[in-house]
Amino acid sequence: MAELIIPSLLETLYMVFFSTIFSLVLGFPLGVLLVITEKGGIWEKPAFYKILDGIINILRSFPFLILMILLFPLSRIIVGKTIGTTATIVPLSIAAAPFVARVIESSLKEVDKGVIELSLSMGATIPQIIFKVLIPEAMPSLILGITLTIINIIGYSAMAGAIGGGGLGDLAIRFGLYGFKTDIMIVSVIIIILLVQGIQFLGNKLAVMINKK
Amino acid sequence: MIKIENLSKKFETNDGEIWPVKNVNLHIKKGEIFGIIGLSGAGKSTLIRCLNRLEEPTKGKIIIDGVDITSLDKNDLRNSRKQIGMIFQHFNLLSQKTVFENIAFPLELEKMDKHIINSKVNRLLNFVELSDKKYAYPSELSGGQKQRVAIARALVNNPKVLLSDEATSALDPKTTDSILKLLNETRDEFGLTIVLITHQMEVVKDICDRVAIMENGEIIETNTALELFRNPKTKTAKTFINSLKSNIVEEEINPKDFGDKVIRLSFLGDSARKPIVSRMIKQFDIEVNILSGNINNLVNTSIGHLILGLSGDDEEIEKAIDYLNKQNVNVEVI
Repeated sequence: MAELIIPSLLETLYMVFFSTIFSLVLGFPLGVLLVITEKGGIWEKPAFYKILDGIINILRSFPFLILMILLFPLSRIIVGKTIGTTATIVPLSIAAAPFVARVIESSLKEVDKGVIELSLSMGATIPQIIFKVLIPEAMPSLILGITLTIINIIGYSAMAGAIGGGGLGDLAIRFGLYGFKTDIMIVSVIIIILLVQGIQFLGNKLAVMINKK
Repeated sequence: MIKIENLSKKFETNDGEIWPVKNVNLHIKKGEIFGIIGLSGAGKSTLIRCLNRLEEPTKGKIIIDGVDITSLDKNDLRNSRKQIGMIFQHFNLLSQKTVFENIAFPLELEKMDKHIINSKVNRLLNFVELSDKKYAYPSELSGGQKQRVAIARALVNNPKVLLSDEATSALDPKTTDSILKLLNETRDEFGLTIVLITHQMEVVKDICDRVAIMENGEIIETNTALELFRNPKTKTAKTFINSLKSNIVEEEINPKDFGDKVIRLSFLGDSARKPIVSRMIKQFDIEVNILSGNINNLVNTSIGHLILGLSGDDEEIEKAIDYLNKQNVNVEVI
């Protein structure tokens, strides 16, 4: 069983790791933009905010599987194929990005308005407020948000497995469900559960450790 | 130092427009501690935020040290703000940074050299007596200590003006005293001009040179702290003076219960030393009933208040009041 489980686990970790990074790269700036352009933000742009807000809502409304299939052509352009673990990272990252944007937005919104007012009163520029105040002050909450993102992507990756992405989800469905190998299905699910628990545990620990509040 | 001319601020709300600041004119001198006192909702917070344009004024002009703040573009405004320190009711410290990093924050925005930052911050840590808390985080500090850090941070850029937005309102009386003392030292040591808003008369009494009273967005009375205590003109001013714990509430005195006339005397340090009341009793054929008395210590002097009930012949009472008026005592018939 191990010769089936281990490669699948590695595939899952590979998919989750890179999808997390790329979804953060895409979603983090969007989250920041949402916070600074909203009404009362430090770079108030109400029209821009409304459009961005709308796009993110639409993307989040798509059922994940449909979005993945819609994004297959993009995988072909970027990695040259639509099947396989690497190819799956593209739709996974893009599908998770709007979620990341919301998570980052809600974390950054928790930052005390008084601290932002103070920064303005000291003559800080908008980039300075973002990088020296908003992000550092929100860091514990951001870490919890990123933890949530990783767990979400693990869930997505299991689904992605079913349509040719590989990984533990694929293993559970192909061997476990369709192949009537219940033990493989159970072990795959247990490993996914352990993965989720472990990441949540680490995320919580890290958030508490760095929080000085 | 600070000239405010015809300043007004409009807010658009769902119920139409409101004017929290209406046609305010003030002239604040260099090195002065100027208090703006008012009840909550009087517009004082909006007014002080207009001074560094955290709120954009709708009308009027603000000139600080010769610079017309209201006409500056974004860049120049940012630079001007570095000359204007500000402290807040809730301190607004960066929770994830140490005391040292909080004070260094304005200098870091300037990308100043590490050695210079070090020496400047250490000097201020010394000044606010928090050198031992250098590496502590704000959550480990008391309210008074947090405000000291905030004051140090506001001073680290060597500003010319310090704005204080209810800086002592969240503090207990003893801590309030120590913060006010620190603000006073700050003015002397750094030659600052301090504008503070408050709803606490104790603050005005303890450190303000001059005071403006604000009500419904307007300045209804401006005076030196001394004159305000001696001779408050508006009802609001009197209410504030009465709010000091040592004062009795004048409204509760019914003149009819105490002789024919009840008068309120206010006298300054010097006249307080003469036995004026005793001479009055000897000279005029009246009876005197002392209802209340107290002394308030202001920045450089003290002001006494005495409330007397006088009974006797109307003419004698008039003469007695006349006599008091001539003794450099402020007399008010209640």
